[in-house]
Amino acid sequence: MSLFEHSLKELTQKLNNKEITATDLVEESYARIKEVDDDVKAFLTLDEENARAYATELDQNADGKAKLFGLPIGIKDNIVTKGLRTTAASQILSNLYDPLYDATVVQKVQQEKAVTIGKLNMDEFAMGSSNENSSFQATRNPWNTDHVPGGSSGGSAASVAAGEVPFSLGTDTGGSIRQPASYCGVVGLKPTYGRVSRFGLIAFASSLDQIGPLTRSVEDNAYVLETIAGHDEMDSTSANVDVPAYTEALTGDVSNLKIAVPKEYFTEGVDEEVKASVRKALEKYEELGATWEEVSLPHSKYALSTYYLIASSEASANLARFDGVRYGRRSENADTMIDMFKNSRSEGFGDEVKRRIMLGTFALSSGYYDAYYKKAQQVRTLIKNDFDKIFEDYDVVIGPTAPTPAFKIGEQMDNPLTMYANDILTIPVNLAGVPGISVPCGFAENGLPIGLQIIGKHFDESTVYRAAHAFEQATDHHKQRPALGGKAQ
Amino acid sequence: MSRISEDQVKHVANLARLSITEDEAKTFTKQLDDIITYAEQLNELDTEGVEPTTHVLDLKNVMRKDEPKDWIKKEDALKNAPDQQDGQFKVPSIMD
Repeated sequence: MSLFEHSLKELTQKLNNKEITATDLVEESYARIKEVDDDVKAFLTLDEENARAYATELDQNADGKAKLFGLPIGIKDNIVTKGLRTTAASQILSNLYDPLYDATVVQKVQQEKAVTIGKLNMDEFAMGSSNENSSFQATRNPWNTDHVPGGSSGGSAASVAAGEVPFSLGTDTGGSIRQPASYCGVVGLKPTYGRVSRFGLIAFASSLDQIGPLTRSVEDNAYVLETIAGHDEMDSTSANVDVPAYTEALTGDVSNLKIAVPKEYFTEGVDEEVKASVRKALEKYEELGATWEEVSLPHSKYALSTYYLIASSEASANLARFDGVRYGRRSENADTMIDMFKNSRSEGFGDEVKRRIMLGTFALSSGYYDAYYKKAQQVRTLIKNDFDKIFEDYDVVIGPTAPTPAFKIGEQMDNPLTMYANDILTIPVNLAGVPGISVPCGFAENGLPIGLQIIGKHFDESTVYRAAHAFEQATDHHKQRPALGGKAQ
Repeated sequence: MSRISEDQVKHVANLARLSITEDEAKTFTKQLDDIITYAEQLNELDTEGVEPTTHVLDLKNVMRKDEPKDWIKKEDALKNAPDQQDGQFKVPSIMD
């Protein structure tokens, strides 16, 4: 059995009792990566030498007190790591071998003595829902390698599902943690906007981006969030709100939980198998003593349009910094500065990134700003109001995470709009800024996992975790493991 | 009616400092037109008097004392630069 079958808390206990060493965990991680990553392709960069040296150092000076002492972690490649290549899966950053600083979340996990195993694949600049927009490689779903792992944090989800690392960090702008967690059968949380510092996250859409954990269990997830959450003076949008002990919220008791189930999350675009799994989950909640009622989030169907206008507009501004001057790749084919900008960007960005930069530039341009960008921001208010109203009467909102299980590689690459529709159930959560989690709630007939989405009030991750944990403990979906071409653990 | 023309796409690409080929201009025009046409469903909604949301939290400007702090050295700032000279970033000529 893999050591990573143990919870993070169990692993730290074993380390404390000297039953295992940090080196054992790091070796377990790299051995599994060697075994399966040719198939899964989750990692872009490995940090073997440093990870081994650091594990040895931890073993020699073990006091074991730090919260993530000796635990191997994978980090999405849009989170900046000092001295470790950080590319956001883009050619324009493919030569950024030595970033100048660590993101705040990286500093935090390092203060708790986690060991960084490597950097995880993603859609370029987090723009995509399948990892097929990575300019390096397409990560595959460990449950069936003909299928996508989801995106954009596909590497983060696949690496945990495949047992390469016990936990990872991802980022979520419109569903990029929750949708791949759903596709890969792991637990992924997008925290409340402002809960986790974005300092050192390569910005895509600054009013929507959040960093969050991907793990095998709800308890592990709560445990990691305790470490990475909190105010940061380097990010003025990080909230000065106390970080509760999330793991203490996991009581297993949901007997007084009031659940809202939006009818808009069961529309025709959602697979029957997915609907059936979520309905079964609601029955489980009833058994556990919770109550649920159907409600309406009337502006849900406008979320996708709103999101693409706002996110692309913000992206067009954020990605203006990639100009071939200070870092990143510069085109060899330019005699003037303007041509150098243009050619560096055109050679360095993939099609989806260009598409969104142009959409955003258009939506912000003179004469179109009011019709598109401002309109979208007004509709964002209506979407947020929908949630505020529901949360006056209910503790959580529950529905599917994604409309379907993981689709096949190549299946949705022809039409950007079809691809965008994968995020239709996760996007409203980012627009409203509330927290949302995906937990495994079943499997489709073809063996691919299905995820349940639980959404909470601003800064009420505790209730989200409590609801997710009670369901998880009453079911065994999270205990299933992918066979990975017969290479079962 | 198309929402965005090929000329507009070329104009936008120029504003965004992207060079695109004629073929790319055609493809992007079609794709952007589809996306914008879809997004125009927002016009179904009456948003008269609705405040736009730029940020979901009640954020206030954070003011700090204007004091210098150690960050990175000049050599560090330059180490990832594609080209440099005399401690500065070097770019191709600005004028034609």
